Amino acid sequence: MSRLLEVNNLKQYFRVGGSIFRPKYVKAVDDVTFHIDKGETLGLVGESGCGKTTTGRTILRLHEPTDGQIIYDGTDITKVDMMPYRRRMQIVFQDPYASLNPRMTVGDIVGEAIDIHKLASDKHERKERIYTMLERVGLNSEHANRYPHEFSGGQRQRIGIARALAVDPEFIVCDEPISALDVSIQAQVVNMFEELQQDLGLTYLFIAHDLNVVKHISNRIGVMYLGKLVELADSYELTFHNLHPYTKSLISAIPIPDPVESRTKKRIVLEGDVPSPLDPPTGCRFRTRCPYATEICAEQEPEFREISKGHHVACHHVEKIN
Amino acid sequence: MGKTLVDIKNLRLSFFTPAGEVKALNDISIKMEEGDVLGIVGESGSGKSVTAYSLMGLVPYPGRIIGGTIDFNGHRINEMTEEQLRDIRGNEVSIIFQDPMTSLNPVYTIGNQIMEVILLHTDKDKKQACERAVELLTLVGINEPAKRMKQYPHELSGGMRQRVMIAIALACEPKLLIADEPTTALDVTIQAQILELMMELKRKIGMSIIMITHDLGIVANMCQKIAVMYAGKIVEYGTTDDIFYNPRHEYTKGLLRSIPKLTDKERKRLVPIEGTPVDLLNPPAGCPFAPRCSSCMKVCLKRMPEYTHISEDHYSACWLLQKEEFEKRGERA
Repeated sequence: MSRLLEVNNLKQYFRVGGSIFRPKYVKAVDDVTFHIDKGETLGLVGESGCGKTTTGRTILRLHEPTDGQIIYDGTDITKVDMMPYRRRMQIVFQDPYASLNPRMTVGDIVGEAIDIHKLASDKHERKERIYTMLERVGLNSEHANRYPHEFSGGQRQRIGIARALAVDPEFIVCDEPISALDVSIQAQVVNMFEELQQDLGLTYLFIAHDLNVVKHISNRIGVMYLGKLVELADSYELTFHNLHPYTKSLISAIPIPDPVESRTKKRIVLEGDVPSPLDPPTGCRFRTRCPYATEICAEQEPEFREISKGHHVACHHVEKIN
Repeated sequence: MGKTLVDIKNLRLSFFTPAGEVKALNDISIKMEEGDVLGIVGESGSGKSVTAYSLMGLVPYPGRIIGGTIDFNGHRINEMTEEQLRDIRGNEVSIIFQDPMTSLNPVYTIGNQIMEVILLHTDKDKKQACERAVELLTLVGINEPAKRMKQYPHELSGGMRQRVMIAIALACEPKLLIADEPTTALDVTIQAQILELMMELKRKIGMSIIMITHDLGIVANMCQKIAVMYAGKIVEYGTTDDIFYNPRHEYTKGLLRSIPKLTDKERKRLVPIEGTPVDLLNPPAGCPFAPRCSSCMKVCLKRMPEYTHISEDHYSACWLLQKEEFEKRGERA
C-alpha cells in the first residue's frame, strides 16, 4: 500500500498570554509523527484536551502548524496554497447542530463546496450532483430545499458527510462524528462511513474518544496523551497486546457492555487528573499518573520507538512492564 | 426480599406544550428494594430522566402528572406539598446531575455549598457542619479537603467537581441516590474513578442507586436490574443478565446488536436500528417502536401490547411475546 499522508514531528503551539518577551504557550500537539496509507482508517483516541482534534485540524491546515512537516500524496503541503488540496482533503465535524449554517438550505450547504471548486458547469449539473450526494448518504433529493433545523441529529450528520463528499475527496478527517448522536443512530452512521470507504476508496483519520467505536472502524489506532502520541499500533494489537501504561489504563477503564466480561475484568484505576497542558510535567508527560514511573521518567522524554513491526510506543519501561 | 423503597405505579406524565400534549411518561411502573442498583437506559427523550426526577417531586414546567402513584420510603410523593418535599430532597433522596460544570453555584465556595445541605436538614451548628463537610470531602477522595472548602467551583477540574456533587448528595446519607448520566461529561479514566467511588460508597453507606445512562457498558458494570425505556414506556425490565443475555424486546435486541464491543476478536458488521426516534408529539397508536421494528406485525401499529412475564422479574411489552404465549397455551389446551 502506498502512503497517502505522512506527518513528521508536527507541532502546534497556541499562544495563551504572557508578556511579549516571555510568551506562554499551550503545546496542543507536540512532536507527533505518523502516516496513513491509502484506503486505510487511522483512529486517534485520547481524553479531552490531549490534542487529537488539533492534530486533525492542523493536518488540513485549518491551524497553521508551528513546526513539522505534512506530506500529502508525495508533496509537502506545510507551506503551499491549500486551495487545490481542499478538494482532496475534507472534514466532518463533531457537532451536527453547530456545523451547519441554519440560514442555508441543505442543497446550498452541500452545493457551496461544488461552487467554490467549480465542479459543476451549469445549474442543472450542480443540482444533479447535490442530489447524488444526498442519496449517497441515505437522504433524498426532496431534502435539498429544507433547512438544517428540520432534521434530527443523525440526519444532520449525514448532511455534514454529504458536504464533505461533494467535492470527491480522497481523505476525510472525521472529528468525533458520532459522539453527539443517540446510541441507536451511531451504528447507522458508522456503517455508512464503512460503506462509503468501500465504494469510494476513501482514507479516514477517525478521531473519537469512544474506543469501542474506534476499534471497530480503524485499521490502526494512535493513542494521545497531553499532545503526545504515546502508542500507535494495529487496532487488534492495541486492544489485546497494548504496551504503554496509559493505553492499558485507558482500555481497562472502558465499560464493556457485557455483564460477565465486566465482572471478571481487572480494572486499573488511574489516580488524579490530567495535568494542565499549560504546564506539562517534565520528561514523560504521563509520569505523574503512571504506576511505574521512576527517576528517569522525570528527567528524560521517552523516545517514540518501534517495538515490533508497526507497533510504536513512547515509554522508558516498556520491556520491564510487559 | 428486602424492604420496598420505591414503588411507582402506572405513572403518566405529560408536557403541555403550545404544540400539543407530549406524553413523556406513558404508564410507567417501577419497583425497587433497598440496596438495589437500578439502571435506566434509553435514548435522549425516552423519559428516563423525567422518571427519576418525578421521584423527587421535580416535574419541570409545563409537565404535569396525570395519573398513577409514586411511593418512596413510606411517602406518597405525588400528594405531598412543596414544603414536605423540600424535607425529603437532599435528605432521603439526592441527585447527581449530568454536568458538574453547571450544577454547582459559581459564586459560593465548595464548603459553603456542602454545608448548606447539612445545616438545612440536620440540627448541627456551623462548626459541626464544617467538620462534617471536610469528612465528606475526604470520603469522596478529595485531597486537602480543608483547602478545597475555601475554593470556588472554577478552581476544580471536572472530575473533582463531580466528586463535590457526590459529597453534597451524600451529606445526609440518603436512602436513594439518583445519578443522572453522572459521567457523560467526563473522560473515560475519570469516569472509571467516579463509578468506582459510587460503588464503594454504596457498600459503605448501603444506599440504593438509580443510574440513568445511555451507555450500556456502565449498566453492565454497575446495575443489578435494568429498565429499558423507549418513548416514555418501559419496554423491557429485568436483571442485568436477563437484559444482556436473554433480551426479549426487539428494541433491546437491536440496541445490543448495534454497539461495537472492544473485546470482540473479529470485526463484525454492526446491525443498526433503522429509522429515527419517534416524535412524541405524534406518537404512533400502537407500540412506539413498531415503525422501526424489523418484525413489526399489523397489530403492533394499532394497539399497545401488555407486559408478558418471562420470569418473576423479567418482563417485556411486545406483541411477539404475546403471540408466543398464546401459541403455547394453544398447544397445552
